[in-house]
Amino acid sequence: MKKQLTPAQDFLKGWWEQNPVFVQVLGMCPTLAVTVSAVNGIAMALATTFVLVCASLMISLIRKLIPDQVRIASFIVIIATFVTIVDLAMQARFPELSRALGPFIPLIVVNCIVLGRQEAFASKNNPLRSVLDALGMGLGFLLALFVLGSIREMLATRTILGYPVLPDAFTPWLVMILPAGAFLTLGLLMGLANWNSMRIGKGR
Amino acid sequence: MELLLIFISAAIVNNFVLAYFLGICPFIGVSNKVSSAFSMGMATTFVMTMAAIVTWMIYYLILQPFRLQFLQTVAFILVIASLVQFVEMFIKKASRPLYRALGIFLPLITTNCAIMGLALFSITREYNFYQAVVFAVGAGAGFTLAICLMAGIREDLELAEVPKPFRGAPITLIVAGIMALAFSGFAGMI
Repeated sequence: MKKQLTPAQDFLKGWWEQNPVFVQVLGMCPTLAVTVSAVNGIAMALATTFVLVCASLMISLIRKLIPDQVRIASFIVIIATFVTIVDLAMQARFPELSRALGPFIPLIVVNCIVLGRQEAFASKNNPLRSVLDALGMGLGFLLALFVLGSIREMLATRTILGYPVLPDAFTPWLVMILPAGAFLTLGLLMGLANWNSMRIGKGR
Repeated sequence: MELLLIFISAAIVNNFVLAYFLGICPFIGVSNKVSSAFSMGMATTFVMTMAAIVTWMIYYLILQPFRLQFLQTVAFILVIASLVQFVEMFIKKASRPLYRALGIFLPLITTNCAIMGLALFSITREYNFYQAVVFAVGAGAGFTLAICLMAGIREDLELAEVPKPFRGAPITLIVAGIMALAFSGFAGMI
């Protein structure tokens, strides 16, 4: 049994220590696909966080009622329900964003972060801690998508969130918008994150 | 002719892994050895084709006539989950070593976005039945191609001196980036 964490730690661990993207390497597909610009990344992360928090709350409330054998199927149905809600809401309120993200909103269903948290956390803990954990993970995901989206948007179009940040003399790197740019940026960022945690580890 | 175009486009030009970022988890997770990568590719292709057939039928024969399109996410994921269960049981019976080699990644085919993505793509592109099946086989072939290439490179990478922080996932992603760059050379072919 792992040591009990305080509620604050439940919330904070998703930010960096167990960041879903950089450390746990989960949810790669949306991470790479939607981070063409910072706005898309934020929208995707918020949609995922909503699903994650609602599903965690729901599942931790009924965790004692779900038979063990069919738990994955039950989790998926609950997650799919919330994803449908997000998908329809986005189509109605933000048609442009919904078009830009395309099939990746319904694909939140198969995002490993969401299912992973239900299996690893919400099905074993009380609602309060599950929600905190889900919020933390969601924000960690938001952080990762925002950083990745900003870097790619900046190098490809000289802007972040539509505001110009680099001088006109900078030649945009077209490759950053292409799939290759996503892989390279994430690979380098992850290496950087590893290097950082190794350095800190040595200092202790 | 049109079917051939769909096949090539799904397998190479718009490779699911390298152009649409679908199925990255097994792509990074199971690409250690060429042999297990190949079986993973085959299992995924099989599930993909089955899933394409079943989801197409469900969408056009049940959801559309009854105007239940909003249930598509829920319906598709359930179908895919039960299919994967079926394939898992089959492989467990048919080949123990293969079952052990694929390990945790077999049930995870359920959450392989490539399969769900494929089902959604063939609906949004309004493919007819044959087109949907060919699209699925092509996407599966593309996935197998990408994961096997990756496994081949990673077998060599084992011997290379990679800087410590980059070992594991980061270097795999960078290699994938270079592969994606190579594959983007096919863009515009169709």
